[in-house]
Amino acid sequence: MAQLIGGLGTSHIPAIGGAIHKGLQQDPYWKPFFDGFPPIRAWLGETRPDVVVMFYNDHGLNFFLDKMPTFAVGAAPQYCNADEGWGIPTLPPFKGELDLSWHIINTLVDKEFDIVTCQEMLVDHACTLPLKLFWPEGDCPVTVVPVCINTVQFPLPKASRVYAMGKAVGEAIRSWDSNKKVAVIASGGLSHQLDGERAGFINKAFDLQFIDSLESNPEWATQFSIHEIVEKAGTQGVELLQWLAMRAALTAAAPKVRRVHSNYHIPISNTATAVMALEAV
Amino acid sequence: MRKTIPGTTPFDGDMAQKGYALNKMCFSFNHQANRDAFVADPEAYMQQYGLNNEQAEAIRSKQVLALIAAGGNAYYLAKFAGIFGLDMQDIGAQQTGMTKEQFKAKLVAANHS
Repeated sequence: MAQLIGGLGTSHIPAIGGAIHKGLQQDPYWKPFFDGFPPIRAWLGETRPDVVVMFYNDHGLNFFLDKMPTFAVGAAPQYCNADEGWGIPTLPPFKGELDLSWHIINTLVDKEFDIVTCQEMLVDHACTLPLKLFWPEGDCPVTVVPVCINTVQFPLPKASRVYAMGKAVGEAIRSWDSNKKVAVIASGGLSHQLDGERAGFINKAFDLQFIDSLESNPEWATQFSIHEIVEKAGTQGVELLQWLAMRAALTAAAPKVRRVHSNYHIPISNTATAVMALEAV
Repeated sequence: MRKTIPGTTPFDGDMAQKGYALNKMCFSFNHQANRDAFVADPEAYMQQYGLNNEQAEAIRSKQVLALIAAGGNAYYLAKFAGIFGLDMQDIGAQQTGMTKEQFKAKLVAANHS
């Protein structure tokens, strides 16, 4: 059976793509963010996952309001990025992992998560940037199964439902008939709000509590309604749902996790950024 | 009735219905040819997507709060803002009535709150 080795999380602000493109990693504005990655890359260099399952949210590249799935699972041999309309560089395609995609789809539906399946799927910066951040050199060494969780149009799935879905994805990975090593990735957050008079809202205390909860009390954030999460983390900070799914998946792998490394920095663009690696132990 | 969050408009079913034409136009800006067509003739482009008067006026004004009130969603509106080279801090400053420098300072100050 496949091995679920751990989980990663990172913010995915579009401007990061521009910074990578321009080589600004050591620039004083960007350095405190990029400095969070080398210890995690070192861990990835030792553990060498073959496949990642990516929990992320589309920002209007693949999905429009005509058809808006709550949970969508990619089942494509290859995933392409494309022009997102705001001038960030388009990143090269990466390879899918069809056998795991369909095993996750079959497992989720069996566990009564009625997901949307996508044999063609454009993936936006939320899916491409984490790969570029964790594996900056050369071709991406992992294959990918993208799992999109709606954070665009309310009603959003409840935190408790996202947690249950993430756990089911973890169980699917663990029961995949393969000798491959798999990691789960959360893309998004942490606290930020782009829209309204409350734009620029950041909640450091809540973010730090959330990060700590992922290590030792993974269900902590499921106590909150979506309305409460928006209030505490901002309209886009609700992307922390992706982190909750990632952490829930790990509960299927091991009773505990070890925090390999984490970094928190305010601000990049309008966002409180976080990066984290958790090893299943 | 659930209590509201000040300065925040959750993009729910009511807003998604209200803003459908506006958001559909902004979604089209994923393509360079559509951005070019809009810039060449904004009025004709808005008409093509069936924007109502409130939405068309909000587009003309480039005021984000008016665009949100007209049903716009932040993720699609960002593609509209991109046409004019506006980044998220420009948009944040505009919505909060600050200069960009003041808005940036507000973000940095969140480190100490």
